[in-house]
Amino acid sequence: MATAPEIDAPLNALDDFRTQARDWLAANFPPSLKGRDNAMSAVEGPTEEDAEQRAWREAMGEKGWGVPTWPKEYGGGGLSRAEARVLQEEMTRAGAWNPIGGMGVMMFGPTLLEYGSEEQKREHIPAIARGEVRWCQGYSEPGAGSDLASLQCFAEDHGDHYIVNGQKTWTSGGQWADKCFMLVRTDKSKKHEGITFLLCDMDTPGVEVKPIQLISGSSPFCETFFTDVKVPKSNRVGREGEGWTIGKRLLQHERNSLSGGGSAAGRMFAGTPLAQIAKKYVGVDSEGRIADADLRTRIARHEMDLRSFMLTLRRASLEAKSNQGPSAATSIMKNVGARIMQERSELLIEIRGMAGLGWEGEGFEEDALKDVRHWLFGKAVSIYGGSTEIQNNVIAKRILGMLDHQ
Amino acid sequence: MAVLTEEQTMLRDMAHEWADNESPVTAFRKMRNGAPASFYDPEAWTAQAGMGWAGILVPEEQGGVGMGYLSLGLVLEQLGRNLAATPLAATATATAAILIGGSDAQKAAWLPRIASGEVVATLAIDEGPRFGGAIAAAVTGGKLSGTKQFVAEGDSAQLFIVAATDGLYLVEGDAGVTRAPRKLADSRSHAQVVFDNAPADRLEGGEDLLTQVTDRAAIGTAAEMLGMAEAAFAQTNDYLKTRVQFGQVLASFQALQHRMAKMFTELELMRSAVEAGLEAADSGRANISQEASLAKAVANETLHLVSREMIQLHGGIGMTDEHDAGFYLKRARVLEQMWGNAAWHRDRFARLNGY
Repeated sequence: MATAPEIDAPLNALDDFRTQARDWLAANFPPSLKGRDNAMSAVEGPTEEDAEQRAWREAMGEKGWGVPTWPKEYGGGGLSRAEARVLQEEMTRAGAWNPIGGMGVMMFGPTLLEYGSEEQKREHIPAIARGEVRWCQGYSEPGAGSDLASLQCFAEDHGDHYIVNGQKTWTSGGQWADKCFMLVRTDKSKKHEGITFLLCDMDTPGVEVKPIQLISGSSPFCETFFTDVKVPKSNRVGREGEGWTIGKRLLQHERNSLSGGGSAAGRMFAGTPLAQIAKKYVGVDSEGRIADADLRTRIARHEMDLRSFMLTLRRASLEAKSNQGPSAATSIMKNVGARIMQERSELLIEIRGMAGLGWEGEGFEEDALKDVRHWLFGKAVSIYGGSTEIQNNVIAKRILGMLDHQ
Repeated sequence: MAVLTEEQTMLRDMAHEWADNESPVTAFRKMRNGAPASFYDPEAWTAQAGMGWAGILVPEEQGGVGMGYLSLGLVLEQLGRNLAATPLAATATATAAILIGGSDAQKAAWLPRIASGEVVATLAIDEGPRFGGAIAAAVTGGKLSGTKQFVAEGDSAQLFIVAATDGLYLVEGDAGVTRAPRKLADSRSHAQVVFDNAPADRLEGGEDLLTQVTDRAAIGTAAEMLGMAEAAFAQTNDYLKTRVQFGQVLASFQALQHRMAKMFTELELMRSAVEAGLEAADSGRANISQEASLAKAVANETLHLVSREMIQLHGGIGMTDEHDAGFYLKRARVLEQMWGNAAWHRDRFARLNGY
């Protein structure tokens, strides 16, 4: 029968590539950088690079392996999906991490490769591939969240440029970004067809960023104000009025990256097992089981949910590879991923009691302090990138065909 | 859907077609109303055996097709969709016991007769209403005595795999065997079987064999439940698209859409857990207990949700005997109890993981 090992069996070409990747990583990834990937940089902001980290980023950028499947001519790695998987495996084996990421990699780059002009690709893609430019997303507005197409931020035609006025919100990392890809209204008489996709430098006069403090104490999101901001027409992606189509495509890339391919999900859940923490804080009974029977059962339920989720990721990926067409299972990934992550956080808080609610200062474990912030920030996961409710609408309409009106 | 070989795809499509054409839910209703002594339709069983399903786990040299557990699961799933009353699941898990613990002589004696459909076999493990309780049935001098209260297909099985204090035994269904029907809500065969000095032939292995066999039974049951959940869900979805209230079809109400989306989500997770269980059984690892507990616990919870919602979302019509919804609900509750309820499997899953 066709099982995972058969499908993943490396062909000879892949073996060669594996050797090549392994050798290159051995020569370029300094073991001292193992585990120094800052997974929280999206929330906490970029940290200062030391010389070693900088060298590692530049080496990966030079090779194009930070964006392994993007075309070589724009600074990508030009690898096949199978080769990219091998590269990921070899990086995991070496304890290496990808220093190139962010919204440019996750969503804007793939979208621009599809819809951008040749000049735009040449200008922006290589800089993303080298990890030199930070992008932020100018989509949501105070009156346009899940109903994104209600956006009002207006770009007025001035011949060779637009003048943009309006406000964006929930601009992730806006205070650290160099550039912004944004949806603006160019026609007030049409809802979806009146939207245009623009690129704006964050240092253009008239752009003002105000970080928003969240319940977790961090400020990864901003309000961004545009007052008479001049954007050249050469910064328009696609045609005027084509922004909704392009913007939606970008959201698909966003959703895919948030749902996490196997490796992202694996990283997300690779913490200390809950049971181990529970034994420490709650104690064990005479048979060595977690002393709180109800908690123990709920941990088991959570672990089963997590395992089913990981199996579903694997199944969807195998189904996609075997050309059965896109698996319906992909539509559930974001909601389930969010639910499991949030549930783990809630359980961690519960397990530690008062010691799990420490905010700062003495008397708390470092992990516990971190987990409190994760718990609170994690509430965003079921809201951003298409809320749980929006995802459920998508499942009901697109997969179950439930939007029947008479 | 797992990645299937061409052979498996053909098998699944054949089972799907057969279940829809030859064994729709109306066939189950007819069986229930007629209430034959065996609680299944012997002709349908003959047809299933004719297609090779009775020998799906049996190697080719013993007259089977040797296709393994994933293939068995594909068939059970298709039959589960239409609530087909068939002794296939019981016979297949009894087959698993012989394959794992049987001597060459025992295999030669039973497997060809099972594969041909001549012998219906079943497991007789539990003595009380719950899975996993103490076993009192005992063997002395090659004779087995004890009582099993709810044996699936116990009304007609010719071969029992019986759990005794010191292991599993083969018992033929004549000498020293008395059966009495135990009519459960699902209208399927469950019998009290009393063994009184019945000649018993021991299978190799002890505790471990019992666990290996019941784990496979749990996984097979989960596959049947997957089919039931799929069908219950699909029928509910279809109903919501036709039923009009307040001048709108129910399918256009967001509150109902989100309940359906939630069920769909759970169904996808259930499918992954069940298929992983079947694949684990195929991989031949001795210890598949974690996968079995995962599959059965998730199947129990998900089918419970879907079968309950099927009634609620159909409203009053779902309460009537004339409608099929009740069949799914009743069968679901019986299968939930069989081979361990969700709480039992969560407890074991925790233990197997060291907490």
